[in-house]
Amino acid sequence: MTARHPAVTRIVFLLLPIGISLAVAAALVIAVGRDPLDVVDALWQGAFKDSRKLGGVFNFWIPLSLVSIGLVVTFRAGLWNIGVEGQMMMGALFASWGAQYILLDDSLAPLLHVALLCLAALGGMFWAWVVGALKIRLGVNEIFGGVALNALVNVISIYLISGPWQPRIGGSAQGTEPFPQPALLPEFAQTFPVNIFMIVLVAAAFVIVYALLNRTRWGLNLKAVGKNMRSAQLLGVATERTSMSAFLVCGALAGVAGSYRVLFTFDNLRPLASGGIGFLGLLVVLLLSIRLLWAPLVAFAFAAILTGSTRLQIAPSLKLDSSLAGVMQGMLVLFVILFQGVREVFFPSKANDDDEMAAEESGA
Amino acid sequence: MNEEFLNTLGSIVGTATPLVIASLGETVTERAGVVNLSLDGSLALAAVLGFAAAWTAQEAGVLDVPGQIALGIAVAMLVGALIALLIGFSSIKLRRDQVAVGFVLTLLAADLARFLGANFTRIPGPQITRYAIPVLSDLPVIGPVLFRQNLLVYFSYLLMFVIWFWLFRTGGGLTLRAIGERPEAAYARGARVQGLRYWYTALGGALVGLAGAAYSLNVKPGWSSPPAMQGDGWIALAIVIFGGWHPFRVVLGAYLFAGLRAVSSNIQTNGLFIFGQEISFPFVLLNTLPWLLMIVTLLIVSGGLTERLLQYMPRAVQRRLRAFLRSDPPKALGTRFELE
Repeated sequence: MTARHPAVTRIVFLLLPIGISLAVAAALVIAVGRDPLDVVDALWQGAFKDSRKLGGVFNFWIPLSLVSIGLVVTFRAGLWNIGVEGQMMMGALFASWGAQYILLDDSLAPLLHVALLCLAALGGMFWAWVVGALKIRLGVNEIFGGVALNALVNVISIYLISGPWQPRIGGSAQGTEPFPQPALLPEFAQTFPVNIFMIVLVAAAFVIVYALLNRTRWGLNLKAVGKNMRSAQLLGVATERTSMSAFLVCGALAGVAGSYRVLFTFDNLRPLASGGIGFLGLLVVLLLSIRLLWAPLVAFAFAAILTGSTRLQIAPSLKLDSSLAGVMQGMLVLFVILFQGVREVFFPSKANDDDEMAAEESGA
Repeated sequence: MNEEFLNTLGSIVGTATPLVIASLGETVTERAGVVNLSLDGSLALAAVLGFAAAWTAQEAGVLDVPGQIALGIAVAMLVGALIALLIGFSSIKLRRDQVAVGFVLTLLAADLARFLGANFTRIPGPQITRYAIPVLSDLPVIGPVLFRQNLLVYFSYLLMFVIWFWLFRTGGGLTLRAIGERPEAAYARGARVQGLRYWYTALGGALVGLAGAAYSLNVKPGWSSPPAMQGDGWIALAIVIFGGWHPFRVVLGAYLFAGLRAVSSNIQTNGLFIFGQEISFPFVLLNTLPWLLMIVTLLIVSGGLTERLLQYMPRAVQRRLRAFLRSDPPKALGTRFELE
């Protein structure tokens, strides 16, 4: 992209929202009587102190990237897939079922892993299909359908954990028993507890979805449906099928993301195992105005904040609630969106419009 | 009817009140053409800040109890109004998507509530007291159900009638409906569309804030994490759709949801007896009921399903049944109004 807009303005509008959201967060920390620099230090220590901590960042990054990639697809089709959180959870449930009932020998573990991930994708697709069918066939707004289905799968998981899948000893609502060893995804090393195969999978998903969106007719159809359903229909796009396919792709990715939480992060099924990562994915994609290219990078930054935030509670000088991470992420996305508006409205230039069009054409 | 049953109904009316007020507030906002999607977060933030204000006043001993409550309510309403205004501003002035900004604010406000509320978890604070209305509270049946509540509940009854009267019986209400349905036409007739949208958005938001205070100062006093009202914001948004943006139907929807929830929580604590026989099944699953109801109601009012079923009805009743079942949003809902 050529710099048709004065470079200064561009940089200012990139840095201003970041600066303001940091300033507001700092003011908040001061207001509760803590030192913002201590917070920065704790976040940094919590995320990057050693390779184990960095592994923790990757363990958030993997599911967050997967859902973000999926959400770019649904947003392209003009769909608000708030149900992504529940689709993660349904993936986690399917994978948990497989982990407990498909009993294979240790030597067949890789095969089992593939089967479990496929099951998880199916679970996510199933729940996404329900949202899609409610929206496309029955006219129920996908935001409300999604919210309701998120709640439903959470109730179902609590039922399973406290009922049929409860641990043999000391059954409670805390979680199932740890899954059998062969079902758990292996970690790369004690000092770097991450599953490398999943990182490869994220990269593959990124490349494939990028290519599908920008190099295929399907990607074009998605965009047409997202921009204007009516004219897409008139142009002969099968709008219903296109919308549903977007839901299914996103659901599959979300399902796999959910399974990573139970097959690696926790080693068992817990209530709310999806941990708000689906919602965070929505923030990532909104921050980027639905462009895929930078999603993994932003997801990494968000994952680092999330990982670091666990230290906020422990650090003796702080003892702050870890929800500060969510506040910082939310502020950032809010101010980025608002400043896009400020730039468009108060600094109108032809270059702005061209920028947008160029961005859309490059499709990144 | 036995007294216990009436008391239960009375408590349903009490616990439904925040939902009633929040849905009515959102109705006003959406009637003006603005969607405030942030309800689930706004309620939490208003609840915790309202409680914090009332509690701080109590600890400092600066006001009497009604004064503390009033302060808490004022703060909560201010919080709700500010969040709503931010959505209005970003849409009207900055041309941003209302749904996107609203969603971000949902998450942000909820996290902010959790962060700021960490120091207020599980501490008792001032509570709104009950006040049985003389004469009315002695009426059979409706007395114990409707008129042995607190002032906020009575306010919610009044609010329903005031909003209905304003919407459908005054010139101002006609303009309000017009800016949500056909803003260009309203503008051509001299209505200050943008200015009015700000006002009604703020007003609706303030009511949402009041609903937040109704949780933390009345229904489930204090603050806990996860908050008591988690999910209710979404239910309130769905109730507005179910209610067809009409105050009476919206209130009916709120009582329906609250009633269902009361039944399900009652069964979970006391068990279920049918003809004296104890029925046993995993009661946890009853928690799905409000969400299933949400899907079903939305299916009925907005879905193509109703339309298909109507085709099988006799022609004579089709139109009336359709008008009864379906609900259509204000036509300009969620859109921007711009002068060329």
